Amino acid sequence: MVLFILRRLGTMALTMLVVSLLLFLLLEFTPGNVATKVLGPYSSEEQRNLWLEAHGYFEPLWYRYGTWLGRFVSGDFGDSIRFKVPVADVLWPRLWNTAILGFWTFAVMIPLSLMLGVLAGMREGSLLDRTISVTSIVTTSIPEFASAVFLAALFVFWLGILPGTSTMSGGFDWVQLVLPVMVLVLYDFGYVARMTRASMAEVMTTHYIRTAVLKGLPYRRVILKHALRNALIAPFTVITLQVNWLLSGVIVVEFFFAYKGFGALLLEASLNQDIFLIEACAMVAVFVAASTQTIADVGYTVLNPRIRFA
Amino acid sequence: MTDIGETATPAPSAPSPGAAFGRAIRSFALLRESGAGMVGVGLIALWVFVALFAPLVAPFDPNATLQPFAKPGTVYAQGGTFWLGTDHIGRDILSRIIWGSRAVLFYAPLATASAYLVGILMGLAAGYFRGKMDEFLSFIANVILSFPVLVLYILVIATIGASGINIVIAITFASAPGIMRIVRGLVLDLRNRDYVAAAQTRGESSWYIMLVEILPNARGPLIVDACLRLGYVIITIGVLGFLGLGLPPPDPDWGGMINETRSMALAFPHMTIFPCIAISSLILGFNMLADGLREIAIRD
Amino acid sequence: MSDEPPLLEIENLCISYFTRAGEIPAVVDFSMTLHAGESIGLVGESGCGKSTVAMAIMQYMGHNGGIVGGSIRFKGRDLASYSAKELRRLRGSEVAMIYQEPMAALNPSLTLGSQLIEVPMTHEGLRRSEAYSRAVEMLSDVRLSDPERVMAAYPHQISGGQQQRVVIAMALLGKPSLLLLDEPTTALDVTVEAGIVNLIADISKKFGTAQIYISHNLGLILSTCERVCVMYSGEAIEEGRIVDLFERPLHPYTQGLFGCIPLPSCDKNARPLTPIRGQLPLPHERPRGCYFGPRCDYFRDGLCNRELIPMSPSDQSGHRVRCLRWQEVPGETPERVVVARERIQVGEEVLRATGLQKYYPIHDRSLAALISGKGVRYVKANETLDFGACVRETVAIVGESGCGKSTFAKVLMGLETATDGELHFAGDEISRSPVRKRSPQQLGSLQMVFQNPNETLNPSHTIGAQIGRVIKKFGVESDPGKIQQRVLELLDTVKLPRDFYKRRPRQLSGGQKQRVGIARAFAGNPKMVVADEPISALDVSVAAAVTELLMDIQREHGTTLLFISHDLSVVRYLADRIVVMYLGQIMERGTTEQVFAPPYHPYTEALLSAVPIADPNVKKREIVLEGNIPSALNPPKGCPFATRCPRKIGDICDNEMPPRKSDHPRHVIACHIPLEDLIKVEPVFRTVAGEAAE
Repeated sequence: MVLFILRRLGTMALTMLVVSLLLFLLLEFTPGNVATKVLGPYSSEEQRNLWLEAHGYFEPLWYRYGTWLGRFVSGDFGDSIRFKVPVADVLWPRLWNTAILGFWTFAVMIPLSLMLGVLAGMREGSLLDRTISVTSIVTTSIPEFASAVFLAALFVFWLGILPGTSTMSGGFDWVQLVLPVMVLVLYDFGYVARMTRASMAEVMTTHYIRTAVLKGLPYRRVILKHALRNALIAPFTVITLQVNWLLSGVIVVEFFFAYKGFGALLLEASLNQDIFLIEACAMVAVFVAASTQTIADVGYTVLNPRIRFA
Repeated sequence: MTDIGETATPAPSAPSPGAAFGRAIRSFALLRESGAGMVGVGLIALWVFVALFAPLVAPFDPNATLQPFAKPGTVYAQGGTFWLGTDHIGRDILSRIIWGSRAVLFYAPLATASAYLVGILMGLAAGYFRGKMDEFLSFIANVILSFPVLVLYILVIATIGASGINIVIAITFASAPGIMRIVRGLVLDLRNRDYVAAAQTRGESSWYIMLVEILPNARGPLIVDACLRLGYVIITIGVLGFLGLGLPPPDPDWGGMINETRSMALAFPHMTIFPCIAISSLILGFNMLADGLREIAIRD
Repeated sequence: MSDEPPLLEIENLCISYFTRAGEIPAVVDFSMTLHAGESIGLVGESGCGKSTVAMAIMQYMGHNGGIVGGSIRFKGRDLASYSAKELRRLRGSEVAMIYQEPMAALNPSLTLGSQLIEVPMTHEGLRRSEAYSRAVEMLSDVRLSDPERVMAAYPHQISGGQQQRVVIAMALLGKPSLLLLDEPTTALDVTVEAGIVNLIADISKKFGTAQIYISHNLGLILSTCERVCVMYSGEAIEEGRIVDLFERPLHPYTQGLFGCIPLPSCDKNARPLTPIRGQLPLPHERPRGCYFGPRCDYFRDGLCNRELIPMSPSDQSGHRVRCLRWQEVPGETPERVVVARERIQVGEEVLRATGLQKYYPIHDRSLAALISGKGVRYVKANETLDFGACVRETVAIVGESGCGKSTFAKVLMGLETATDGELHFAGDEISRSPVRKRSPQQLGSLQMVFQNPNETLNPSHTIGAQIGRVIKKFGVESDPGKIQQRVLELLDTVKLPRDFYKRRPRQLSGGQKQRVGIARAFAGNPKMVVADEPISALDVSVAAAVTELLMDIQREHGTTLLFISHDLSVVRYLADRIVVMYLGQIMERGTTEQVFAPPYHPYTEALLSAVPIADPNVKKREIVLEGNIPSALNPPKGCPFATRCPRKIGDICDNEMPPRKSDHPRHVIACHIPLEDLIKVEPVFRTVAGEAAE
């Protein structure tokens, strides 16, 4: 088990390394642009070359990669061109804001989707099942930007009960968090609910559930003790992988509601070619995604005795 | 010996040339029993019709500046009605949505097909040859899949620039690993079937076995997945447009329309709501179709 | 019989499933009476409705099944009048069930202990500790050696036989008065099956539980039940005491079934199997009148196809039959036009394995393995195999799952390559030449018939295309018109109609698919055909037809047949020589007569004793093996069978490889026991009546 976790961590480190190399190559293979971006369009050719030399851009590629990676690992992400401050100074507060958004999204989405999924899967083909299934198809068909538009029109334009932006300029405000969370939950819950439903429905048709029923156990006990445990293994993996989706979702939602979060930062950095910031943001995003993947793998093994003891 | 031929089930002996067509007809007949599937087919058919006949259906030139900030239903002085209103520079929203369907229905299937081509080849190779080939391809897939999808799109598009063909490349790059995983799983299962062993024992080449013996039997799950993925690709194209990374203006693009007018969304909701309804309905169509197809597959 | 009502009374039961396609009647007219402590067997081929009856007794029909007529009375009360709560009390405590696949019947993520104790806790309100000790006690009653360990284990940590014992314990914990056993040993190996059957027979004696034993195997019913009921296409067609029905089957179908079973009295040359023609009608295509009519040799138009035929008693003993002409049907297995075949003349040797070995490396990456430096371990699938096969001969490889018989087939076919040793086929050394390095001639001369009818044909292509491809590939014909002609001829050979050319596999039944598989194997005029369990997935009547077909074609083509099977009855019937394998090694080999008579290898002896035989005149000695088959990853150092051998003579068995001994040039036994002692062993089979065999 220990070795399994170590091996997963090793794979993750290797993935991160390859990702960093890819990012580095993707963003730095046009050094001329870097200097232009940093010094502005009115800088002279000579100034740019001086800057490039000072920042080691005439060194061999592998050497530059090595130094960049070394500095990166030690926490020095370089300076943001757009914000004119060290990348870390903008990155961490923004990441914290996104963490808050993500936390509340999961806090609402997980219980909601699991409950609906289990209820639907318990009695496959019932009216409740079909209602839940159709609802989740419809909600997953509405992209985040579209549901943001719909919800904003409803709650801001017609009802006027919620603010249309979430800049939090006057300090943290609960009310401003409602719409972003609602948009994210609306898009994500359907998928998790459908997966839970499928898993539950499959478990309900297994022979061991039949054994449990024919043992004369009360229905509640069949569901709670025999079905749920097996039915929730698959959704666990799905939920941890939703972190990856959420990182995509927050970009759209933060952009739409002008929420000062990590996603908006990444988008801003990309649109402005702020390369150190892009690198840092992308590495953080991949790190988060890869860690949750690792957690999902390890968790799956722990939850499933068939694998645990194999 | 008495005659022991088992001749009970009389089956229609379909003529072989039209067999594939006949099967498509039969699948459709099955699909008709699924409510969700038929809704999906209807929505998709509607949009395909609109896209094909855009010049005939659209009331105005989609790029013409006519009358800014017109509300839905406004009658245009020089004839015609802005059924869905106009945008901030006076272009008819309905016409733009109609013309915009062309872009989506051209690039989304193209990108999906391209992603499938790459994904299927990778998946076949990984699942059939296993060993080092599998480890290598799976690792590449893992690296790409460890990026949050949109981050990957943004990085790629921001680097290579926004254009139709670049969107296809980005989508292929980002989706092929997922398709590869599905194909690989199916192949790992199917390669152990006895008919594959039979093909091996008569000396068939690896590619013959992969393409003729294995791939046709994986088509069921792949068709369902392709429908779902078409939905995702439409979302992706929409999101990229919404973030300003989509098809270059001024030609209409649903995501781009929302991006251009979203700052006015609170004052003039009609400018953003209608393109959103358009894109959602098309995605819904593909998701419903996928659901219907899955239902058939399970019942078979 | 006392005055109190019988335990279970089923009257004119009709059960249907309701699907989109409409109502599908699964059980049409079924009646049965069962008294306390009695055991009755339900026999029939797949799809005859026997499991549906069991589920109806449990009142567990799924959401689309329902009883549409008749009644089931348990202890005098109609089950339809039970409330949900009463049903719950009935299930598990009054009626309990044992299932076909024990692994699937147990919850994979709960310990066996927690699944066991909830039975007495629910039904008798026992406290956890009381329930625990009761469960431990019950586990030792079902002869599990280490109950405490089993209680703490998860289902996948114990073997299939042990799982089934746990399921039996779970059923008995509720102290039921009726036990339903739905094919309880079908998923198990034959020596494990023998142990379970033995246990089940003891249970009914010890607990006085009434039993309904569902099986497709008449031999098993014979050794477990007092009465038997034969089902066909949703109806009971014959019912009676075991002795009556086995000695004097009345219904033509029952007689036909006996004609399909390779009983010891059969012989492939003198007394071949007599398959039933045609196949089971689909539920919505049943004929009028007698459902067996179209397949029956005694069918009379205007009588048998007029109206539904009732069950009628034939005598006072309760022997009943659903046939209008039973009095005119001869009591014995009908003497059909049986062409006694001539004995074949065996030719020169075509296959020779010498010291053949196949190891699969397993890369163990656990911490312990890394520390001890045993990163790679080997599954010893085949170990020093030595045997041969001659032209026109049928050689059978017999053994339980995991004995390495299929691995040998793979090496032979070139799907795997051997690790050591030699394999000569038709003059070529092929042990290390994989499929892709073999010439078209080599490929064509060595073909295979596969086990699973649903996997043997590619569902995406037509039958014609699949057979045609083989003909083209092996260069038999290249002109498309001639290929088609040849395919049609092959369809004739396997007795399939020619219009199957354009069909797809899903339109075929299991037996028909196997026929196509045989046609495909013989398309390239092979010297040798390897048949890997070709009939084990088929129903008895279909299996008999396929067996006969395979032998006819083999005879016609002068082909060598390597028949791989776990079923000794079939092997005895069709093989000329037999190779008995256990854990990758050959335990015994010789002609069929030699293997089936002393001296036996102790494993062969146990295997023979474990085979259920559907003939009350054949008595056998009972040898029940203890323990499980060891893992091929870690086989015993000495004789592989030493851990379970009832005749083990000492440490020498555990530590040294057994020597090979011969009492005859072609009969070899690998055992430490001296041949003189092995010869003294009594035969396993004994014919009681004497007149049955000859």
